[in-house]
Amino acid sequence: MNEEAVKKVILKEDEDYIINMGPQHPSTHGVLRLEVCLNGETVKHMTPHIGYIHRGMEKMAEFNTYKQLIHLTDRMDYLSAHINNEAVCLAVENALEVEVPERVQYIRAILDELSRVASHHLWWSAFGMDLGALTTFFYGMRDREKVLAIFEESFGSRLLHSFNTPGGLMHDVHPNFRKHTREFVKYFRKKLPDYKNLLTDNIIFHNRTKGIGVMDKEMAINYGITGPSGRGSGFSCDVRKVAPYGVYDKVVFREILYPEGDSFARYKVRVDEMQESLNILEQLVDDMPEEGGYTAKMKPVIKLPEGEYFQRVEAARGEFGVFIVSKGEKYPYRIKFRSPSFSNLFVLGPLAKGGIIADLVAICGSLDLVIPDIDR
Amino acid sequence: MNSVVRYFTDIYKGVTSLWTGMKVTGKYFISPGEIVTEQYPENRATLKMEDRFKGEVIMPHDENNQHKCTGCGICEVNCPNGSIEIITKKVPNEQGKMVRAIDKHIYHLSMCTFCELCIKTCPFDAITWGQDFEHAVFDRTRLTRVLNRPGSSLKKKEVKS
Ligand code: SF4
Ligand code: SF4
Repeated sequence: MNEEAVKKVILKEDEDYIINMGPQHPSTHGVLRLEVCLNGETVKHMTPHIGYIHRGMEKMAEFNTYKQLIHLTDRMDYLSAHINNEAVCLAVENALEVEVPERVQYIRAILDELSRVASHHLWWSAFGMDLGALTTFFYGMRDREKVLAIFEESFGSRLLHSFNTPGGLMHDVHPNFRKHTREFVKYFRKKLPDYKNLLTDNIIFHNRTKGIGVMDKEMAINYGITGPSGRGSGFSCDVRKVAPYGVYDKVVFREILYPEGDSFARYKVRVDEMQESLNILEQLVDDMPEEGGYTAKMKPVIKLPEGEYFQRVEAARGEFGVFIVSKGEKYPYRIKFRSPSFSNLFVLGPLAKGGIIADLVAICGSLDLVIPDIDR
Repeated sequence: MNSVVRYFTDIYKGVTSLWTGMKVTGKYFISPGEIVTEQYPENRATLKMEDRFKGEVIMPHDENNQHKCTGCGICEVNCPNGSIEIITKKVPNEQGKMVRAIDKHIYHLSMCTFCELCIKTCPFDAITWGQDFEHAVFDRTRLTRVLNRPGSSLKKKEVKS
């Protein structure tokens, strides 16, 4: 290496002021350490350090049967646990070529959208709080509680409901499921103007987010940014649109795209997505068949035929992929998860560079990272 | 000139946007509508969990201290975390033959991830969810439970008419 190249690699200099944000910093929402190299208040350079809650899930999954490893995927992106479950189930079902009842596909899609809304609730609450608007936290949590009550009624747990199983669902949804989902859609439509008045139109919030952390479309594609963060840069990456699974080709919905690429655009994508999810929910709840059972007939021991299988779904934070290599046994030979937050994290450094440290918090919040999803 | 106008419009916009936000919080302050906060633990007596709530795995016993577990060990095999240990013993049945029966159904609540596979796969419906959720203890060993009660026995199969 010549001297120029060495200089490029060594980003720190002796007189730099380095502070560690995290692992227990409230704005990183989990155990993530950001090593920030500062010049005054300006971020010169930022390195994320991950791995504090690495649990070796991919290795663990190799010793679990296909039914057993579902509960591991819950614990990656715990806010869209249901969507992660679905990815594994779809991969196994496609490999075995089993036909899942239509009713199951509808219920899964409804739960996907409910999870997405609940996840965006939490993000909205926490994002406001990161930027100093504590009130949003209470209002977001209040509405999220309604979704969690629906979950609790049907699956008995609020966050980590291992409700999917290859071939269908663990058991049938509660008889009141349809009614309560309708009620929630009605309730939340009334509350959406509050969200607008409280944060979206707030001048302080505009000043904190507009033009902060601008990521253009090319950068989003290069870093593999998916989900609302990618769509905030105009990158059309909604898996529900580009590679529909389940019943998503039967519902009418809009892919939310904002070309600006700043933190405010990412915010707008998520808020609009909540509204769009309500539209999807309305269509699905009306069309959901009453009859049809809740599971396809499956063998008690599932063995995938030898080969490689991949399935991707749109989780609340972006594209979640499962890659399974099977040697024809009841355990997967190798399983690889492509989690959205992992890719989304690494754009944080380039975006924060040159900004001030308070902007780093705003950008980190607007990317909506879930740390267990990064570490796995 | 332009900058002066902008200065005042900014002030105006700022004040109106703050006012809009304050109106939302003010409205809820005066008329909260539905109060969503629960007074736990004061409301313990009236607090009822959902029927399907996953609090812990329990084994229901009837009034004769009888349960349905045969000690087949299927739940133990299906648990992904090794939270269940089945210890069996041999007891004589009516014909005097020695058959397998459950001695101890050990359940480690601390290792359970509430995946429901044990309950789903039990062929005799011997275990189910309990609604208790106050599991905080000072000593981890107290989270290990023996689900079949002392002196309990296997319920006779009802003869279908
Ligand atoms: S609980 Fe059910 S599965 Fe487990 S040993 Fe008893 S009968 Fe068998
Ligand atoms: S719920 Fe799951 S983790 Fe808990 S004991 Fe049953 S099988 Fe094991």
